[in-house]
Amino acid sequence: MKYVIIGNSTAAAGCIEGIRSIDKKGKITVVSKEPCHIYSRPLISYYLNGKTDLDKMKYRPDNFYETNNAELLSGCEAQKIDTEKKSVILGSGKKIPYDKLLIATGSDPFIPPIKGIDSIENKFTFMSLSDAKALDEKIESSSRVLIVGAGLIGLKCAEGIFGRAAGITIVDLAPRIMPNVLDTDSANMVQSYLEKKGLSFILSATVQEFTANSALLSNGETVEFDIAVIAVGVRPNTKLLCDIGCDAKRGIHTDQRLETEINDIYAAGDCTVSFDVSSGGEKILALMPNAYLQGETAGKNMAGGQAVYANAIPMNATKLLGLPIVTAGSYEGDEYTVTGENQYKKLVTKDNYFKGYILIGDIARAGIYTSLIMERTPLDTIDFELIKEKPQLMAFSKTQRQQKLGGLKNV
Amino acid sequence: MKRIYVNEKWCLGCHLCEYHCAFANSGKDNMAKALKDVVINPRIQIEKVNNISFAVSCRHCDNPLCVKACIAGALTIKDGVISIDQDKCVGCYTCIMICPYGAVMPSETGVAQKCELCSQNSLGSPACVSGCPNGAIVFEDRG
Repeated sequence: MKYVIIGNSTAAAGCIEGIRSIDKKGKITVVSKEPCHIYSRPLISYYLNGKTDLDKMKYRPDNFYETNNAELLSGCEAQKIDTEKKSVILGSGKKIPYDKLLIATGSDPFIPPIKGIDSIENKFTFMSLSDAKALDEKIESSSRVLIVGAGLIGLKCAEGIFGRAAGITIVDLAPRIMPNVLDTDSANMVQSYLEKKGLSFILSATVQEFTANSALLSNGETVEFDIAVIAVGVRPNTKLLCDIGCDAKRGIHTDQRLETEINDIYAAGDCTVSFDVSSGGEKILALMPNAYLQGETAGKNMAGGQAVYANAIPMNATKLLGLPIVTAGSYEGDEYTVTGENQYKKLVTKDNYFKGYILIGDIARAGIYTSLIMERTPLDTIDFELIKEKPQLMAFSKTQRQQKLGGLKNV
Repeated sequence: MKRIYVNEKWCLGCHLCEYHCAFANSGKDNMAKALKDVVINPRIQIEKVNNISFAVSCRHCDNPLCVKACIAGALTIKDGVISIDQDKCVGCYTCIMICPYGAVMPSETGVAQKCELCSQNSLGSPACVSGCPNGAIVFEDRG
């Protein structure tokens, strides 16, 4: 069996490990645009602030490909898929035949067509190690930095360069920060925490026009900068599939086995669309846990297994300048909220199910909440009053506790 | 493989397992010195409501979500034991977000910590088990 994986990040690692849990022998070839060993993309902000380094940010050990008997073709771009001959054609013209193929091409930063954007003197995006290295080289203690986009990528970038620049201003068209992750109250809390640390925000504003070193905003303000980071969002890399006739411009659709509409072609990670069981809707869940679990499921199925991944939900865990933030699920339903100084807890339930939560500050044991959402545990089977107080296994029945902790087998 | 199992019928809720855990992972050789005036942050934690109590620590799952979700590749499973490379960990708490047992927690340094069955410290076998005065925590191979 010949396996080919296009992409060399989280989903690829999941796929390799998934394949090898079933098939120890088949040939695995990984085609990677980036010229390096597999590394963790979200760690690029920690690379900038010195909390990790090039060695520690490797997502798998140096002997990863060797141990898994996989061949890495790094610095190679897959140009085309020939579905008739079942081969991947590289930029060099070389053809790599496959029996099973995984598309794990991730996403690229979206650069909005703003007037003058090409005239910015020092313009960066913040997705890859090369982005981080370029920013690392350019930034000086006198640099005034403008970040366009107050989502996770923009804010993690701000954290990465915090203390290394003269000032950091973050602009977003949304009225609150992290609009996809937080609600209004928690966003305000985090924003005020970050402002006290020294970050500046201009919200509900877009950039109308750039010059080499300034941005004219829709609210009339002008922001002068030495460095601009564009972090307004990402677009899934789906060209390979679009080119062979798939309707995948907004993300690749797969079944629960992670196979696409084309036989023997699977897809996983940020380039795919997931079904969010917490909201019942389809969306791109560009999250590392999701990418790994999709990749692993795809890998098992590529190797002849019968695996399904059917409980994807949005989830995010991060710290911003020391403040822990953990969220999961969706926020439509009945709310239960507790707030305090840099503390926020919102639990959302609907129709006897736990739907989502936002925890800031005290994030202890949040996974108990996450699991209730992912497993769609009916709330009348647990003591929800205890769950409201804090995440605890005491909320489960005695039999369930014995199954979880006492070695009682599930019947 | 051998795992830690708890029997809540026998748990006194005395928290001694927590103290033995904190001591075992303190790197010190004297329990009194290691724990005196210290707010302990053990890797095993007692849950107690009314007269029911039990200890919770890492289950060392066969299908470990924490290992799969870790963004840094800092959590690994080897011979069934899940351990964390605290040097690689950046303290994002994705593992805390995903562990269905609530058995991973922040350490004093801000990175994550978890039960490693005392395989990485000088004891070599779980201190909570030998330290439980009522046999409520056992370390057994139940398949």
